[in-house]
Amino acid sequence: MSLTAGVIAVQGDVAEHAGAIERATTRHGKRVEVREIRTAGVVPDCDLLAMPGGESTAISRLLHREGIAPEVVDHVAAGKPLLATCAGLIVAARDAGDPRVESLGLIDVTVDRNAFGRQVDSFETHLDVSGLAKPFPAVFIRAPRIAEVGEGVEVLAEHDGQVVAVRDPPVVATAFHPELTDDSSVHDLAFFGRV
Amino acid sequence: MTRTTDLEELRRGTDLIKRGFARMQKGGVIMDVVDREQARIAEDAGAVAVMALEAVPADIRKRGGVARMADPGEIREIIDEVSIPVMGKSRIGHTKEAEILEAIGVDMIDESEVLTPADDAYHIDKREFTAPYVCGARNLGEALRRIDEGAAMIRTKGEAGTGDVNQAVHHQRNIKGAIRTLVGMNHEERAAWAREHEAPAELVHETAEMGRLPVVNFAAGGIATPADAALMMHHGCDGIFVGSGIFGAEDPVAMGEAIVDAVNNWDDPERLAEIAEGIGKGMKGEANADIPEEQRLQGRGV
Repeated sequence: MSLTAGVIAVQGDVAEHAGAIERATTRHGKRVEVREIRTAGVVPDCDLLAMPGGESTAISRLLHREGIAPEVVDHVAAGKPLLATCAGLIVAARDAGDPRVESLGLIDVTVDRNAFGRQVDSFETHLDVSGLAKPFPAVFIRAPRIAEVGEGVEVLAEHDGQVVAVRDPPVVATAFHPELTDDSSVHDLAFFGRV
Repeated sequence: MTRTTDLEELRRGTDLIKRGFARMQKGGVIMDVVDREQARIAEDAGAVAVMALEAVPADIRKRGGVARMADPGEIREIIDEVSIPVMGKSRIGHTKEAEILEAIGVDMIDESEVLTPADDAYHIDKREFTAPYVCGARNLGEALRRIDEGAAMIRTKGEAGTGDVNQAVHHQRNIKGAIRTLVGMNHEERAAWAREHEAPAELVHETAEMGRLPVVNFAAGGIATPADAALMMHHGCDGIFVGSGIFGAEDPVAMGEAIVDAVNNWDDPERLAEIAEGIGKGMKGEANADIPEEQRLQGRGV
């Protein structure tokens, strides 16, 4: 069976997500066509979606301006998987904690932007992620933290006492960037429910 | 089940983190600003980052004299104003200006030919820094030398402050053309190319295998309209720096938003036509061909 995957491509590290999706789907014995989404009309054709890292202010502005935002809301309402990373997490949140970002309310969490500091504070570490057998190489870049977690939201990982990955089906969201390393197991988890 | 983190290993300032930061800027527009009001306008227009400067390149050109790093206090004000990353320019080879920028909390340092070079022979050893760097390049050899020194992002060295996109196009075509040439070569030809162009051999081989620069590649210098920005995306750039083009325009808000929208819709002429309509005049500018060789900024620090 061939899948159609979409990567929100109005801004951010799109090619990295496309590569990770290709690796994850191949591992699960499926073929995939990855489409970059810059305009309305593509999301309804997609079986699964990724919202990449980037700048959440710029991404949310263009999602609304291009009419993509309501399509992403419909995608999640239909129960189709979405992986949102870093800026994607902020845009997916119920409350981005900042009027400069018009978030989509796809997951029942609130976030604090840039909670781990500026770029000089950005870091990489190995993180235990619920559902993954091995510690995951996690890259945090001017990363947000997840502040409040609603009922029915499963915490997948914490760093230094802060929640940094959650699952609120059908959405998996991370404060770090699983697309920046060769390990596609977070993509496996988000799109296939298992590694 | 929730598990806690393994804290024993936590690394900062690695190549992955520096280059990763640059990747998050892709598909975006980085705007030059000189104060907090301009920074606010840039963020609202959809900029992915702002470049904090004392004066935009067009004014630096007009004013003459020595151009230096901006006042740290002014940069701090801009950092406090916006939630997006703030970049700052140091003079080429001026390690101390760069250290000051890093100490303030600047997210990326531009070792820039727009300022007066502090060192004729050497660039900053950028590997020593936790903050990532962007550097200008006119061709592939120059780009790979900067990456070897630690640059996490390369931008074209279009003639800054002119509003003439001609040189940015020229440099991007140079870089892309050289990469195509390398892709078609065998190992020993690539090694010879590296020697001839004074580029590190390892990076030459890596670039040839990837078929692109190993770091993010933005356009900069002379971009003044939505169509200019779209043109640079058409030439394969990952994103756009706009210097004097926003706040030198008749209506900076309209121009800023239009350039952001044009980068997203660069391959759709009908949308570009809508985007470019009724946004007021672009900056006046100065044609590159009218500028004498010795007054060009791009030859600084090769």
